[in-house]
Amino acid sequence: MNFLSLFVLIPVLMLCGLFMTRNMKQIRWICATGSSLLLILAAVLTFMYIGERNAGNTEAMLFTASAVWYAPLNIHYSIGVDGISVAMLLLSSIIVFTGTFTSWKIETMPKEFFLWFCLLSIGVFGFFISTDLFTMFMFYEIALIPMYLLIGVWGTGKKEYAAMKLTLMLMGGSALLLVGILGIYFASGASTMNLLELAEQHIPEVMQRWIFPLTFIGFGVLGALFPFHTWSPDGHASAPTAVSMLHAGVLMKLGGYGCFRVAIFLMPEAAKELSWIFILLTGISVVYGAYSAIVQTDLKYINAYSSVSHCGLVLFAILMYNETAMTGAVMQMLSHGLMTALFFALIGMIYGRTHTRDIREMGGLMKIMPFLAVGYVIAGLASLGLPGLSGFVAEMTIFVGAFQNADVFHRVMTVIACTSIVITAVYILRVVGKLLYGAVVNEHHKQLTDAVWYERFAVIVLIIAIAGIGLAPLWVSDMIHFSVDSLWPF
Amino acid sequence: MEITMEYYLVISTIMLFAGIYGFITRRNMLAVLISIELILNSVDINFVAFNRFLFPGQMEGFFFTLFAIGVSACETAVAIAIIINVYRNIRNIQVKNLDKLKD
Amino acid sequence: MEYTLLILLLPMLTFIGLGLFGMKLRPAVAGCIGTLSLAVTALLAYMTAGQYFLMPRVDGAYEKLLPYNFDWLHFTENLQISLGILLDPISVMMLVVISTVSLMVHIYSMGYMKGERGFQRYYAFLSLFTFSMLGLVVAPNIFQMYIFWELVGVSSYLLIGFYYTKPEAIAASKKAFIVTRFADLGFLLGILLLSFFTGTFDFEALTSGDTSVFSGAAGVTFMGASVMSWALALIFIGGAGKSAMFPLHIWLPDAMEGPTPVSALIHAATMVVAGVFLVARLFPLYIIAAPEVLVGIAYVGAFTSLYAAVVACMQTDIKRVLAFSTISQIGFMMVALGVSGMGGHEGTGYMASMFHLFTHAMFKALLFLCAGAIIHTIGSNEMSRMGGLRKYMPVTHITFLIACLAIAGIPPFSGFFSKDEILSATFSFSPVFGCFMSFVAGLTAFYMFRLYYGIFWGTPAKHEHTPHEAPKSMTIPLMILAIITVFAGFIPFGQFVSSDGQPYTIHLNLGVAIASVVIALIAIGIATYFYKSKCDIPERLLNMFPHFHRAAYHRFYIDEFYLFITKRIIFNCVSRPIAWFDRHVIDGTMNGIAYVTQRASVLIRGLQSGQVQQYAFVFLLGTLLIVLLVVLI
Repeated sequence: MNFLSLFVLIPVLMLCGLFMTRNMKQIRWICATGSSLLLILAAVLTFMYIGERNAGNTEAMLFTASAVWYAPLNIHYSIGVDGISVAMLLLSSIIVFTGTFTSWKIETMPKEFFLWFCLLSIGVFGFFISTDLFTMFMFYEIALIPMYLLIGVWGTGKKEYAAMKLTLMLMGGSALLLVGILGIYFASGASTMNLLELAEQHIPEVMQRWIFPLTFIGFGVLGALFPFHTWSPDGHASAPTAVSMLHAGVLMKLGGYGCFRVAIFLMPEAAKELSWIFILLTGISVVYGAYSAIVQTDLKYINAYSSVSHCGLVLFAILMYNETAMTGAVMQMLSHGLMTALFFALIGMIYGRTHTRDIREMGGLMKIMPFLAVGYVIAGLASLGLPGLSGFVAEMTIFVGAFQNADVFHRVMTVIACTSIVITAVYILRVVGKLLYGAVVNEHHKQLTDAVWYERFAVIVLIIAIAGIGLAPLWVSDMIHFSVDSLWPF
Repeated sequence: MEITMEYYLVISTIMLFAGIYGFITRRNMLAVLISIELILNSVDINFVAFNRFLFPGQMEGFFFTLFAIGVSACETAVAIAIIINVYRNIRNIQVKNLDKLKD
Repeated sequence: MEYTLLILLLPMLTFIGLGLFGMKLRPAVAGCIGTLSLAVTALLAYMTAGQYFLMPRVDGAYEKLLPYNFDWLHFTENLQISLGILLDPISVMMLVVISTVSLMVHIYSMGYMKGERGFQRYYAFLSLFTFSMLGLVVAPNIFQMYIFWELVGVSSYLLIGFYYTKPEAIAASKKAFIVTRFADLGFLLGILLLSFFTGTFDFEALTSGDTSVFSGAAGVTFMGASVMSWALALIFIGGAGKSAMFPLHIWLPDAMEGPTPVSALIHAATMVVAGVFLVARLFPLYIIAAPEVLVGIAYVGAFTSLYAAVVACMQTDIKRVLAFSTISQIGFMMVALGVSGMGGHEGTGYMASMFHLFTHAMFKALLFLCAGAIIHTIGSNEMSRMGGLRKYMPVTHITFLIACLAIAGIPPFSGFFSKDEILSATFSFSPVFGCFMSFVAGLTAFYMFRLYYGIFWGTPAKHEHTPHEAPKSMTIPLMILAIITVFAGFIPFGQFVSSDGQPYTIHLNLGVAIASVVIALIAIGIATYFYKSKCDIPERLLNMFPHFHRAAYHRFYIDEFYLFITKRIIFNCVSRPIAWFDRHVIDGTMNGIAYVTQRASVLIRGLQSGQVQQYAFVFLLGTLLIVLLVVLI
């Protein structure tokens, strides 16, 4: 059996194990072990992958395997990874790992919570290892459904509304997607569902012209494409901490990854022809999200709008259609995933103490909980693109890449996207100034305590990952760049 | 007088329409149930008649009828169980009162 | 010169060490670690300078060395960022300046910051700043410069906001970061343009004087100006932001909310001259590709220097006076670069600018540190709370006077030599321009001596406790800097740094020198008459021009204008409508779709009455209908 299947198998085993648990200790033990195994597996995979590449293996996908699943429709369980999916798997495993630790002390129905959490991980990991359109779609759906329950049951605030809205909008997206996938399948001759084989079959341009928007918007809904992003603020605001982390950190990347893997990769002609519409939309996303974030008062809303802005940049870069920008897009997915997970983790921890997320009701937290505050500052600096942290590397790659398109339209959009770095600074510093600095606003907050060990552990792991990519970006960038390069004959 | 297939069919037709009429018009659930039994039995008669007259050498019609009788017995048992439960809940078994599922 | 890597690594390691474990150390220990590591860094910088300038010249110029250069990130085939160390005259000179001032500030802070909460954090940030500034000046390519440029900005943000419980400090740090960030946007776009058309980030290739580098940009124009002009002008915007050129200067006066030693290090000596350094670094490119931008730089610098000098005359907060004086002096450096040509006598301006950068760093740091000593003992920044301090603080008094004489341009102090070179460069550019700058130089002398007399002479204000001289840890750096200020003018600077690398002998332009000294003396005389003892002329003058005074005191309302733009326009006219639009229009549409769906289903639901018999009847009818249809057709 191919070892990539372990990415799905481990969560499945965790799931089975969780069914048999009887107390919190066992649940924690299983989750911690499982997610550590996943993290180790992802690290090993990264090393093996880079090793193979260094050994001169230039195949598009490595470690491939395939098993027939439903022959009449050519549905296979086929798996394989390239640099892009390795990066995404690494990201997902880090976030699942840290997410487990941030939910260490969850009180209501812990067993059920972790059951759904594991199911979500199955979907996410399965999605990133699949190379078969249908399997990919199936894992995509597996990842979406648990979200409804996780938000609806364990959330806060208007959780039923948010869960319903999120699920319906994402399901709407996946309905478009299903049509798109069927379109791809039949337009390409109905002989295979495998991505790499599909890419060789040319889809007629007339068909591409209507399949491309379907798939791009279908995935784009999950990637917070303007104007289909409104599930994101409400959804994130209501979701419990670990779910926010996983959702913003990984699930939103499913959208970007899908746009990349399916929409653009299979339909390059239509992508070039129609890209201007989506460049406009994503350009709006980038600036619009940032401006909206300036005036929000709820920490999670600020971060959700910031995610709209940053994920907009991912789709923006993909549409720029050159290898540098696309490398940047994947790096931005990685960077944004880590960064936003850190943000949501910290917000969750702060909320768990102060029981409010309104920045007007908090202040001077630097004095009360220095560890969390410093973590927040670091996350903020990563978000506004401080060199040495991951955000800078990704954004610069995107900007340089986008700037290589020499016509006026692309130039103007690139300049507009660049302005977001200033606006980002405004809203990040506003929050940092209000929340962490200044005098303590609420007297009761003075009794609050700083982070405990499992919280510290999660935060530190994320910071190390962010700084690691920011300080030594070459290996990630090369790994992604190679795959982008081999996928597209630019 | 020879009894041909048409006699059976006429009887079963009368039973069928009586059943349908009963199903639609009766208020009492037990009566509705009896109507359903009438419909089922009319079909059984048809099966047997067709088998006997059209395909004398074969046994499928008879067996199917036996199965249908068995199934309708089960169905009646279940239906009566449901009716008893309905009675426990709403203290009568009028069909028109049973529209709670629409909500 | 392999050890140059240590110059960067030491402060960085100190930052990481103090940042992670500083809180576990005793404050004094943390301070000592920081200071020691910086002392070593400074020593290494001096060694580098010594070794570098003693090297034999190649073709009359110092060789450019690249002891380290490793790949950091690849963008495209041509555009790759590497991190490395580039040693050439100006970067070595900057290494010396930065490490010297930083060391002085480190020592000084041991006394100044004693007992402050977060002492360890303070030293960690100082190390971070020093690391980023050193990384900035040795950058071998423009992208590394941008990287460290941003890091410098963040460390400045952290240090300005060091007293994070003080609302003014938070606001000031935020302002400094956002204004410079805005300028950095220009810088970034400039880099993107430049790199797109030249295909390289390397300074070596960009400044080699080889025009084939930007042949790709030939003929490409945008809105009437060539692409290279656009790129270089955008890059200058970045430099103008950091160097507080008008109209991006607004953050610098507010940045004085930070601890005073920080102001001395960052906002007087090092970071604020980064813009000058950037222009100097790309100077050959400016000369060849966009001389008109260079002229623009000169005008911006000249206007800024006048503006800041006028405002400085009206301020009452001593750190604000010094801040505006810094802006004005950086304006001088920009002017010098702007009027400079390439090579030989033409290149006086370039040399003068670097020379002034060097001397200014020393005497301005000295001024700020003196101000720090005064604030330390008085507990206030306001001039009205001071007066007659010369009796209580002799060391501070003498060193402050030396610095004032230097900045006023009185021989033989260092400022005289560098300023004289700048003035002679401007005179050879255009006499009108020269006169203008001489006038600003006179204003400089005036406001500095206004400050001097206001602090050390006049009637002593009432104090709760008698002012006293600062402790040794603070006065020793003052004395060292004062000594440098006295003698730095005699360094044959032109031998080391010049526009084309060829040695250049500074010769005083006697006419300009005499004129400028006379102007300075007159200005000092006026200041002495006005402020040494009680005199009502300034009061009367102010009353004659009340509007002008008020406007200058409020810095000509530039801050208010920005506040209007950000608070009213960006917040209320852009962000709030967008947020409203998002919640009510876009989200409203989504909710509307949901609502319509729900209403529609309520309508359709009427068919499902729940009456089983009704269903059966419809079913029967339907069946009959189908049968009929089948039969009929």
